[in-house]
Amino acid sequence: MNPVNYLYLAALLFTIGATGVLIRRNAIVVFMCVELMLNACNLAFVAFSRMHGNLDGQIIAFFTMVVAAAEVVVGLAIIVSVFRARHSASVDDASLMKL
Amino acid sequence: MSFPLLTATAVLPALGAIATAAVPAAKRTAAKWLALVVSLATLALAVTVLVRFDPDGDRYQLTESHAWIADFGVRYELGVDGIAVALIALTALLIPFIILAGWHDADPLETGSKRWRPTQGFFALILAVEAMVIISFEATDVFLFYIFFEAMLIPMYFLIGGFGDRAHEHGEETAATQRSYAAVKFLLYNLVGGLIMLAAVIGLYVVAGNFSLTEIAEARANGTLDMATSTERWLFLGFFFAFAVKAPLWPLHTWLPNAMGEATAPVAVLITAVVDKVGTFAMLRFCLQLFPEASKWATPAILVLALISIIYGALLAVGQRDIKRLVAYASISHFGFIIMGIFAMTSQGQSGATLYMVNHGISTAALMLVAGFLISRRGSRLIADYGGVQKVAPVLAGTFLIGGLATLSLPGLAPFVSEFLVLVGTFARYPAIGIIATFGIVLAALYVLVLYQRTMTGPVKAEVSSMPDLRVRELVVVAPLIVLLIFLGVYPKPLTDIVDPAVKQTMSDVQKKDPQPEVEAAK
Amino acid sequence: MENLIALLVAAPLLGAAVLLCGGRRLDAVGHWIGTALAALSFVFGVILFADMLGKDPEHRTLMQHLFSWIPVEGFQADVAFQLDQLSMTFVLLITGVGSLIHVYSIGYMEHDERRRRFFGYLNLFLAAMLLLVLADNYLLLYVGWEGVGLASYLLIGFWQHKPSAATAAKKAFLVNRVGDMGLSIAIMLMFTTFGTFAFGPVLEATGDTSEGKLTAIGLMLLLAACGKSAQVPLQSWLGDAMEGPTPVSALIHAATMVTAGVYLIVRSADIFNAAPDAQLVVTVVGAVTLLFGAIVGCAKDDIKKALAGSTMSQIGYMVLAAGLGPIGYAFAIMHLVTHGFFKAGLFLGAGSVMHGMNDEVDMRKYGGLRKYMPVTFVTFGLGYLAIIGFPGLSGFFSKDKIIEAAFAKGGTEGWILGGCALLGAAITAFYMTRVMLMTFFGEKRWQPDEHGHEPHPHESPKVMTIPMIVLAFGSVFAGAFFGIGERFVKWLEPVTGFEHGHPPISALTVTLSTVAVMVLGVGLAYVQYGRRPVPVVAPRGSLLTRAARRDLLQDDFNHVVLVRGGEHLTRSLVYVDHTLVDGVVNGTAATMGGLSGRLRRLQNGFARSYAVSMFGGAAVLIAATLLMRAV
Repeated sequence: MNPVNYLYLAALLFTIGATGVLIRRNAIVVFMCVELMLNACNLAFVAFSRMHGNLDGQIIAFFTMVVAAAEVVVGLAIIVSVFRARHSASVDDASLMKL
Repeated sequence: MSFPLLTATAVLPALGAIATAAVPAAKRTAAKWLALVVSLATLALAVTVLVRFDPDGDRYQLTESHAWIADFGVRYELGVDGIAVALIALTALLIPFIILAGWHDADPLETGSKRWRPTQGFFALILAVEAMVIISFEATDVFLFYIFFEAMLIPMYFLIGGFGDRAHEHGEETAATQRSYAAVKFLLYNLVGGLIMLAAVIGLYVVAGNFSLTEIAEARANGTLDMATSTERWLFLGFFFAFAVKAPLWPLHTWLPNAMGEATAPVAVLITAVVDKVGTFAMLRFCLQLFPEASKWATPAILVLALISIIYGALLAVGQRDIKRLVAYASISHFGFIIMGIFAMTSQGQSGATLYMVNHGISTAALMLVAGFLISRRGSRLIADYGGVQKVAPVLAGTFLIGGLATLSLPGLAPFVSEFLVLVGTFARYPAIGIIATFGIVLAALYVLVLYQRTMTGPVKAEVSSMPDLRVRELVVVAPLIVLLIFLGVYPKPLTDIVDPAVKQTMSDVQKKDPQPEVEAAK
Repeated sequence: MENLIALLVAAPLLGAAVLLCGGRRLDAVGHWIGTALAALSFVFGVILFADMLGKDPEHRTLMQHLFSWIPVEGFQADVAFQLDQLSMTFVLLITGVGSLIHVYSIGYMEHDERRRRFFGYLNLFLAAMLLLVLADNYLLLYVGWEGVGLASYLLIGFWQHKPSAATAAKKAFLVNRVGDMGLSIAIMLMFTTFGTFAFGPVLEATGDTSEGKLTAIGLMLLLAACGKSAQVPLQSWLGDAMEGPTPVSALIHAATMVTAGVYLIVRSADIFNAAPDAQLVVTVVGAVTLLFGAIVGCAKDDIKKALAGSTMSQIGYMVLAAGLGPIGYAFAIMHLVTHGFFKAGLFLGAGSVMHGMNDEVDMRKYGGLRKYMPVTFVTFGLGYLAIIGFPGLSGFFSKDKIIEAAFAKGGTEGWILGGCALLGAAITAFYMTRVMLMTFFGEKRWQPDEHGHEPHPHESPKVMTIPMIVLAFGSVFAGAFFGIGERFVKWLEPVTGFEHGHPPISALTVTLSTVAVMVLGVGLAYVQYGRRPVPVVAPRGSLLTRAARRDLLQDDFNHVVLVRGGEHLTRSLVYVDHTLVDGVVNGTAATMGGLSGRLRRLQNGFARSYAVSMFGGAAVLIAATLLMRAV
């Protein structure tokens, strides 16, 4: 199959994720959409790796997974503690960190 | 390798600052003594530098050179010429007096809190400033100089903003507001100057490829490093702007009256007698050596600004109601003289300017520290709150008068020698400017004598009637300064001998010769 | 012998240092130390004088080089002394009269708790004044010049608790500083013209430069002389300076310091000789001042201020003579010395009167004092006869010669200057007779003061009267001693040069007219103040009298133009500095602050809006990259 199709899929997934980040208020959903974007990137990397015939893309994909895992740990912890403190998971409510 | 004397002179007060800051909260007095001992030890090192320095030897002596940031050609290069030696000696000399004069300035008001340690901080900051000023005088690497030229703003900021006069006519809260305004103004003003200089420093690197003052100056002199005229002028302006802010030169002077007015008297002395000297010193060392052509190009404009500083500063000093602000404006007038002497481009002018830096340091210290003692007794900076002090505290009044007479350059006291040299040096090349500047000596008499008359003479005011005369500690501060003023006024030869060869070098850098006297020129 | 010169200065300097730093421990003996050191200086002076007399007149100059003062590339100032006949004259006058006044002050200041300090200042003055006349270059002279200014400042303001004294002291220093400006510009001009400012080289090289330069130097020196010697237009400080204790007025503001300007001009004789325009200005200043001072002296009721006007006027004579060139230099100095005797004597007499009259200075409250103070009356009277130029006394010899020399200037100038000098002599006789009559003759006019204390006029103690008697001797005999056989002229000739003037009328005519106008002046004063009782409250007087009481309105002019104008200038500058110069700075800061306030609103705290800007930014970047590639 033509690897370019994987790139189209990746772009589609990325767009879905970005739209989700922009329009959803629930922190968990926003978070899942960020994950979707990351995985879209992974897909693109792997596809490129295949297209160019070297392993760089795959290595970076692994990196991304590790970083994503770390991010999930920190991010979820923040969301949970914010929810505990404010009884809300809306990202619009947490707007106090400004001058 | 020989003992790194210059590094030691700068590092000792730096270590002293750290040690002083680390003294436990309860042992305030120990911190004071530690700071005093460190400053005296630094003075001893500075005297060693003075003795080891050979006026007829190489231009830069006691040099040290180590690679530092090799990628950018930044080196840790130190070296002193006669001008730097004189100023290092001045700095090291004044700091013990500043510490001694400020002995009680930072005592905490309430002794409850264990973590509250203002005293340690105050003295540590003073030593930190000393270390940075000394290394600025020593650095022969432009980048090294720049770092410490900027870094000394940090301790100065805390000294101005954190410590003020005990009593204030508008209450403690207003005092704190005014203090922080003065400190922020000081910081921002000098930072802007410094950033413009940073751009010029980078520009210099782009053009020259390294930061070494000696190498660049040499390359400029023998023609291997060619700069476009406009490039040289822009770089010169970048450097000069920063130095003119620090010096300060009219119209970049407005931070000084605020800073000196709000800071305690010893800190005010630190600003005007020590830190500001780095600005005028750097004009002599960096502007003239690195950009001789641009210096000559800018001379007329700078002389006019200096002349304005002289007259304007003096006139504003006459109009002040606040003792410390009066001294600040008087200093602006004096810095005008220094800058005028530097850019008159004559041997007399530049020797005079260098002596002026030293003498102004001593005379302002004498006047301002006595003013500080006076202010601490009455708790007011306003001239109108005093009157008849001479009757109750004759020694205080006498020393105040001597400080004032030094400020108005009375012959026989040190500032006269330098002021006259500057005037003669300027007059030799620019007679009109020299003559107008002479009006400064009349105005100086006016502001000093008006100040003395309003505070010290006349009927004794009720509030000052129980004022004690100078205490032993205060006399120990003032007496040596006065002795020095008289000594350097009668016999300035030791100082001129050190300074003169360095000035000759600078004159040859800018390729200027003294104007010939008319009679000899005719022959 | 040269080494004594430095000791001459060092002795009083040591006294000043010891007395001013010694503290209260020396209160009991301070005045003796001060007097002894002044006398010691006088002894050194006499030894040097005796030595000098033993030498050939052309080779009497002694030089002493102490040390190099300001050695800078191309600029050499030394601490070095030069003692020639001119300096010697001054040394003897300063230390001699100075010692007498030290003695007098022991009595006069007896009840002042700060007497030690007073003697310290007097010693300081002597040291500075000796430095002034002994210096071998203009810069060192300048040190002495300002040194005497400082001593004068300290002594005028000695009673600092009186605001009037403090103000007078400040005024004296400031006006003098204006003159000092002239001296420093003159030195700078010398430096750029000759490359040096030592007397010898400068005065020898006057031929090598243009007349314009020399005129400029001469005028600047004249400005300096005007400040120090209270000549128009810088005369206003002298009257106020009478706030100081009377011995100070006698020593500094009559006998010695105020004559420093004359010294400066005579010392710079070669410069003035080569600059006739400058000389003309000098004579004009002298003539104007001698009339100005005399007119002011006529109207003052304060005995010291009347004498101050007289001092101004007499120094006007000296300056006039000094401006006449070689025909006048020697006479200027001769009048200076005789004036030193009789004016110091007059002031000490005035001090003695005040001492006996509870420090009252208003002559309208004196009267008939000759019965109460016989010694003071006689010594004051002899001084009076000397100053008006009574034939045979000092003033007669010296003043007559000056008037003669003024006529000898020649041409219209000579007639005008000579006429002014004659007129001055008449007015001198008038105002001095007025002082004499109001103080010592007529009915007693004193009344109890506000506390009910009536003054009990009494003769002063011996320690005060003896110096007065000595000075009276000088007032009587010095002129004849100097004048007969031209002894003084021959003494000074090697230094100042001398030419015989040739007045258009005979010398005898000049002398006779001088005596005639003097008799006229005395007669007029007798008619007005001797025959009629003197009113205790001053009458309103004519317009001229009222103006003269106010120093011919010169002070009012100063006040309105300089003081008020200066105040407005400084006040508006303070305003400008605050609003304009600092305003620009603070304005820049405020603009920056405002701008960042706007930008801050973009940070609204909503995570999703940040995300939009991130995506937007990324989109823009990608678009830009693609666009670049396409192009």
